[in-house]
Amino acid sequence: MGILELTAVELGKWIKSGRVTVEEAVQACLDQIKKAEPRVNAFVTIDEEGALCRAREVQRKIDRGELTGPLAGVPVAVKDNLCTRGLLTTCGSKMLYNFIPPYTAEAVLNLERAGAVVLGKTNMDEFAMGSTTETSAYGETRNPWNLEHVPGGSSGGSCAAVAVNECFYALGSDTGGSIRQPSSFCGVTGLKPTYGTVSRYGLVAYGSSLDQVGPVAKDVADCAAVLEAIASHDPKDSTSIKRADTRFTEALVDDVRGLRIGIPRDYFGEGLNPSVRDAILKAVEVLRQKGAVVEEFDLSLVEYAIPAYYVIASAEASSNLSRFDGVKYGYRASAYEGLHSMYKKSRSEGFGPEVKRRIMLGSFVLSSGYYDAYYLKALKTKALIKAAFDRAFASFDVIVAPASPDTAPRLGQSLCDPIQMYLGDIYTISVNLAGLPGLTVPCGTDSLGLPIGMQLIGDCFQEKKLIRAGYAFEQSRCYQGPALARELERLPKSEKQRGLSGAEEKASRAEAFGSAFKERADWMKGGSK
Amino acid sequence: MANVISDATIEYVGILAKLELSEEEKEAAKRDMGRMLDYIDKLNELDTDGVEPMSHVFPVHNVFREDVVENGDVREVLLANGPECTDEAFVVPKTIE
Repeated sequence: MGILELTAVELGKWIKSGRVTVEEAVQACLDQIKKAEPRVNAFVTIDEEGALCRAREVQRKIDRGELTGPLAGVPVAVKDNLCTRGLLTTCGSKMLYNFIPPYTAEAVLNLERAGAVVLGKTNMDEFAMGSTTETSAYGETRNPWNLEHVPGGSSGGSCAAVAVNECFYALGSDTGGSIRQPSSFCGVTGLKPTYGTVSRYGLVAYGSSLDQVGPVAKDVADCAAVLEAIASHDPKDSTSIKRADTRFTEALVDDVRGLRIGIPRDYFGEGLNPSVRDAILKAVEVLRQKGAVVEEFDLSLVEYAIPAYYVIASAEASSNLSRFDGVKYGYRASAYEGLHSMYKKSRSEGFGPEVKRRIMLGSFVLSSGYYDAYYLKALKTKALIKAAFDRAFASFDVIVAPASPDTAPRLGQSLCDPIQMYLGDIYTISVNLAGLPGLTVPCGTDSLGLPIGMQLIGDCFQEKKLIRAGYAFEQSRCYQGPALARELERLPKSEKQRGLSGAEEKASRAEAFGSAFKERADWMKGGSK
Repeated sequence: MANVISDATIEYVGILAKLELSEEEKEAAKRDMGRMLDYIDKLNELDTDGVEPMSHVFPVHNVFREDVVENGDVREVLLANGPECTDEAFVVPKTIE
């Protein structure tokens, strides 16, 4: 077994014991990235020089005993909507084709303090608006289990990168399922924490009342370790919560005796692919045999979550994305007449169709005369949905649900009908509206061999119950990544080893939109500039 | 489609959203927004009389802190991201004649 098959925590132990160096681990990832990217396209930016340099620095700190945590030296990939100082951060949008953040997101800083090495930035739906990673301006990401299928979204790049062993874990963000759904599609484990657990400072805002940063990894133990590292109270995020207990790894116990599991009947009825249903109920049976108490119940209000979500998320997006005006950063149109024309042309040329669709809808529901009918109505619906969950959690510790009605769709199938795409978010969206934590754990595959994930939902601040249930289930099966990951690893190292240039150099040359693509294309071909 | 979006509404929303849509995009936006609003109208089935709108799931209050300068002078770094700048300022088209 090569080191790429290790989990993040396992690699951390190998590094600590000197069995492998940080640089070797980073180099192994970079080699895999070079082989995988032409097929998968999980990354927007790969920071080869930066990662190797950082690897040597982290190794010195480990050798001196300054870094001792479980993730010290472990390479990570970061979703491209988390700001990284000096490293291109595009949000999958032409609007930010050349944006080099002057600061680093708090969640990433926390990882760096734990000794993480950032390999690069992962592809995503534009501004996290989408469920397939096909709305990215930097090309779609492909599902490593079957390259004709989508990886899900919006954190599709992060999930595909973990699945195909381009990194040992990744950060994603989840506004309406953007960690849990692609984790399900890519057969990896993803955790959306309770709202306020991880600082949103440096996360480019989409729907601020819903956005949370969380880990994507190979197993529950890794997710717990990463969450423990990134959870922090941050005065720079006014919605950040000071939690008394963030020792999430303590919950890695193979014991679910007495755990009360609720199965919402309204989540397992019409519209759910039978193979998804069967795989999840089989997983629940594993937990029942281990001593969990399983009971069905009616959650109610399920069909109102999607309309309420799209009103709230679009409203917040229309406000948040008003900052992109071609003045301080990002894209500016080349031809315009006066200030307002510059704003309008820059935004119209810089944003893609899905982003414009949501900005338009959001502007409408917030406009005078419609605010009460749509926006306030949605906020009242949100209160009712929260109350329904409160009632459920009076009886249950964990609610088990699908992460998506189906397995990963084929590329090109989803974007033609936006409403149909939105309906796919039915099992993930209420969790964001109610601020709850949710964990997706792989639990099987369909007849095409595409992964199926089980979503565990907990009450606010009850991540430990999710981690315990997920961990106990996981002990019944061993992690199996896609065959592609192992096939690529066995391929000989690419002859032409050309890396991406440094961030500054890159920024200075990114004068016109398209240079980022060109550079990537050159790099993948292995040619010279 | 119950919600018919007029040309005037699309124009108005375009002004609010600061977006300049092509004729094709306008037609698509009218269709998409109408369909979305039809779907969103489902919320009207719910009786929400007396329900407080919930903007935040936790009972959080205003968070105050002292306004202390923590960052140094990063003007150069910030200006480096500007599409058009002088040594000390972002440049925008003339706003008043």
